[in-house]
Order: sequence, then C-alpha cells, then structure tokens
Amino acid sequence: MSIKLVNQNGFSVVVLNGEIDLSKSQEVRRALLEPLAAGHPTLADMSGVTYIDSSGIAALVEAHQAARKKSLKFGLLAVSEPVSGVLALARLDKVFSFLTEIPSGQ
Amino acid sequence: MSMTEPLLLEITFVADPSWLSTVRQRVRTAAAQLTADSGWVADVVMAVNEACMNVMQHAYKGDVAGEIVLKMRQVGAFLEIALLDFAPPIAADTIRPRALEDLRPGGLGTHFIRAVMDRCEYANLAQGAGNILRMHKRLVVDA
Repeated sequence: MSIKLVNQNGFSVVVLNGEIDLSKSQEVRRALLEPLAAGHPTLADMSGVTYIDSSGIAALVEAHQAARKKSLKFGLLAVSEPVSGVLALARLDKVFSFLTEIPSGQ
Repeated sequence: MSMTEPLLLEITFVADPSWLSTVRQRVRTAAAQLTADSGWVADVVMAVNEACMNVMQHAYKGDVAGEIVLKMRQVGAFLEIALLDFAPPIAADTIRPRALEDLRPGGLGTHFIRAVMDRCEYANLAQGAGNILRMHKRLVVDA
C-alpha cells in the first residue's frame, strides 16, 4: 500500500493505493490526521484502494471526527465499489462526504 | 470441526498483521474453488480477515508471536471455517458488536463477521488451551 500527499485546489489530498488493513491502517490514520491538524481541508483519494478492513474504516472515521471538531472539510474521493460496499455494511455511507472530483477554488 | 471432508485450506501463521494479506489471498483462492460468485468470496475473505484481526488485537493483545490456525472445508451446503488461537480463554459473552449508531473508530469487526456469515460460534479450547471461532456460510448455487 502506498500513501502520497498532494495539494490541489486548496485541499490536502491523501492519495491511497492498494489494500488498507491492520498492518497499514495506522499509517493511513497518521497521513489523514496530519493535514487536518495543520488546519487544511483534506480529501482521501480512495480510487486506488482495492481492499479496506474495519481498521481502515476506523482511520477514516477518526479523520472525519477530527475534521468536524475543527470545522474543516473532509471527504472521500472516488470511492471504489469494494470500499463503498464495506462503508454501507458499517452504515457509514450516509456519514461521509463522497466526491467524484476535487472541488475547485477552495 | 467435521473430520470427514477434505480441507480446502489449512494455514498456520503468527499474530503479526503483516500476515493478513497472505491469509486473504489464500482464503480467496480456496473460496473461489466453491463458486464463481466474487461477492460471496469477498464476504468470506472479509470475515476471515476481521476474525484474524480480532485474535491479533484482543486475544493476543498485540503479541505478534502468537500462533493462529485457520482451516476451511466444505460441509454439505456450507463452507465451514475454524480459527484457533492459543491465547488465554476469552468469555464468549464478551464478544459483542457495538451499536452502529455510536459513531466512533473501531468495534466493527464482529458486526462485519455476523453480517456476512450465516452462523458463528465462539468457544474455549479444552483445559484453557485457547479459543476457537467457527463460522459457517451457505454456499451459493452458481447460475
């Protein structure tokens, strides 16, 4: 699994690729929380995520809650079908902001 | 676990999360012998992954040297999965999913397992030797 951070349109975009499981979820958690702690609206680009387990979901939830506390935007970008199925199973499909592209002019 | 049907898979590994990817791949391959339904296979992979995580985090409490044994076989109309650990016995009634309305990180693994499996039972091994989780999932009939 790889993690890359890019800045686009005023968002910190954390680009995730591969499988997110217990062996990687802490890295993902840190990567998502860091730009939020710095006060940046943040997106998790999920287009390359092929598998996510409950520890990966927990990292997303924690980022969502951290963003809300700081009144920052946090969303999931280009969520793949495997990931959306897991989010629906956890009844989180109505909790996150889902985007198909990065908003312009943040 | 039933003794007459041949094993689809038996794998012994340690409670190190770096093993999870290998376990998922082996489970995927074994489950795919039973059906072409990729959703069914994905459900089995998810349940086994979550169950292994629970053992790593809650039974072995992060001790990466702990041993885990996974067995899979077809028994009649069901896939039967057994996951054994040799950690201190855990009381079955302490294993509960959390309320999904309680939005917080963590606590989803048991919910996922119960959502995709038809049956799951926790028990302690004899003489405090460890724990066993048995899961059953009804096979699909390929069209």
